[in-house]
Amino acid sequence: MSNLTIKNLKKSYADTEILKGINLDIKDHEFVVFVGPSGCGKSTLLRTIAGLEEATSGNIYLDEREITDVAPAKRDLAMVFQTYALYPHMTVRKNMSFALELAGTNKSEIETKVNEAARILELQPLLDRKPKELSGGQRQRVAIGRSIVRHPKVFLFDEPLSNLDAALRVQMRLELARLHHDLNATMIYVTHDQIEAMTLADKVVVLNQGHIEQVGTPMELYHRPANQFVAGFMGMPKMSFLPGQIIAGDNSGLQVQLASGSKLEVPVRAEGLTKGSTITLGIRPEHIQVTDQQEGRFKGRLDVTEHLGSDTFCYVQTSAKETLTVRTPGDFSGRFGDTVGLNFDAAHCHLFGSDGRSLERIQSNF
Amino acid sequence: MINSNILSLKNSRRLNTLIIGVFAWTVALLIFFPILWMILTSFKTEIDAFATPPQLFFTPTLENYALINERSDYFHFAWNSVVVSFGSTIIGMLIAVPAAYSMAFFETRRTKSTLLWMLSTKMLPPVGVLVPIYLLFKDFGLLDTRTGLTVIYTLINLPIMVWMAYTYFKEIPKEVLEAARMDGATVAQEIYRVLLPMSKGGLASTVLLSLILSWNEAFWSLNLTASAAAPLTALIASYSSPEGLFWAKLSAVSTLACAPILIFGWISQKQLVRGLSFGAVK
Ligand SMILES: Nc1ncnc2c1ncn2[C@@H]1O[C@H](COP(=O)(O)OP(=O)(O)OP(=O)(O)O)[C@@H](O)[C@H]1O
Ligand SMILES: [Mg+2]
Repeated sequence: MSNLTIKNLKKSYADTEILKGINLDIKDHEFVVFVGPSGCGKSTLLRTIAGLEEATSGNIYLDEREITDVAPAKRDLAMVFQTYALYPHMTVRKNMSFALELAGTNKSEIETKVNEAARILELQPLLDRKPKELSGGQRQRVAIGRSIVRHPKVFLFDEPLSNLDAALRVQMRLELARLHHDLNATMIYVTHDQIEAMTLADKVVVLNQGHIEQVGTPMELYHRPANQFVAGFMGMPKMSFLPGQIIAGDNSGLQVQLASGSKLEVPVRAEGLTKGSTITLGIRPEHIQVTDQQEGRFKGRLDVTEHLGSDTFCYVQTSAKETLTVRTPGDFSGRFGDTVGLNFDAAHCHLFGSDGRSLERIQSNF
Repeated sequence: MINSNILSLKNSRRLNTLIIGVFAWTVALLIFFPILWMILTSFKTEIDAFATPPQLFFTPTLENYALINERSDYFHFAWNSVVVSFGSTIIGMLIAVPAAYSMAFFETRRTKSTLLWMLSTKMLPPVGVLVPIYLLFKDFGLLDTRTGLTVIYTLINLPIMVWMAYTYFKEIPKEVLEAARMDGATVAQEIYRVLLPMSKGGLASTVLLSLILSWNEAFWSLNLTASAAAPLTALIASYSSPEGLFWAKLSAVSTLACAPILIFGWISQKQLVRGLSFGAVK
């Protein structure tokens, strides 16, 4: 069992409050990913859980045991650092056995455990090398190996893949997913790579400026973001936001008029908003289609187009100076300055009140 | 055309190396010359030592060394030097390593100024505190004792030792120590099993520097010792004044005093270069 509970955790450096009251429940075997913009406090939160930083107030529990003030070594957690942080003067084998040695594990058991970890991570041929004789990916595997020999209750990862090149990153991502499955372990993972967050996580925690914006499965965050921040943060490329006004509302949704004049009915609850309230409409690039000038809900001028091969991302400016990002097929042939029509299904739109909060959808097919 | 260009590039590089080589040797010889002259003089008779113009070629003699050996107990002084240098270095390291560890890895707002303040005490002229320290030593019965000298050497070298150890520790990524902490290491294990092995090059040069500084220290040894605890520097001094200037004997005793540390320095010059350049040379 390893349930981690965080209650109203705060952390300040001098006078600056970095973590502003974090409440979080992490269940056994869960793969939890912390995402958020740079400087939002992801590493600080992870390091506070690890015990490398002292909490200013609040509590952390691991299976009913309070560990807020327990020394890092006694928390039964293992951490993998972004910079690997291997012991440069020890061989790979020593790096992995160090913790067990310190714990006074007997020799034959150490041997078994290290070999087991080396087998899982395919490190057997490298056991007698020093870290400086390894490639980045191999070092990262050693760092992971060092954490798994101890069978900790929770694994902590701080952007473990960000120093690797793109191809290796994909490979290590798959290996981590497999490892999580094989070890059946609880893992907390910090990243600012969305793809890592979406693909690895059972649960994503979106942090912003020291507080949690939303906790949910990747699909919940994608389809039902709690607010404009989460909506804008999750998804590549970003969701487009258009300012608008409520002109009418009934049980089936809200009538919205956008700055460019077009009207549409979005199936969301009014939640206290009345006629005339300003709102923001959000629509993801993958839900917009480029059509003929005449047919579109919108007309716009093509700005930059980015060809990725499989897809083409178009940036379209409307007459009201709104910018929309559109995902089109790879063979899209529109050019800079072309006038195009844009179409989308109102059911895919998100509406956000002026405080940024998301309005709840009426039918939840998504 | 291209070929000749490459050739001339190669040639000019070779010329460069040559010029730098000649220059380096010239500087080295200039610096080394006094020591060489001292060693030469120590093998001359007093008459030869005084000769003008100075003689480069002469019949070497060991009479100076024989005389010194007769007149004073070299090994008594040498042993004092060894005990005091090593003693102060060991105690200094025992204090400097934990101090530098906390300053390097648990930095606070005042760490930098504390370090600078420590170092600035080295800029005070020692003679300024001679009287108070002399009186303290007298009261505590430390005058002319090896313990007293060890204490004072430890204190005067400590700022530099802490500073050096601090710079070396600063080069070590904090995460490695944190990893050790996560792995279950106590503070002592963290220092002993991770920090020290990772910075052993730098710490070795710190040890060397401390040994050399203690070995060569003359001000305090002359003022705080008489005979029982007098190190080699005091021995040299004892030959300089009372009977006028006996260059050959003075050279001989100086050679004897310098020899151990020169040989020591020669053996460990690699570490020393690293140490004296404060980690700038890797
Ligand atoms: N030791 C410290 N002293 C003072 N402020 C700090 C300290 N460590 C971090 N901070 C501040 O805390 C904030 C959060 O830092 P943190 O490292 O947790 O961000 P992060 O979310 O991990 O960002 P990134 O994605 O860039 O790694 C930052 O604004 C940072 O400047
Ligand atoms: Mg970080």
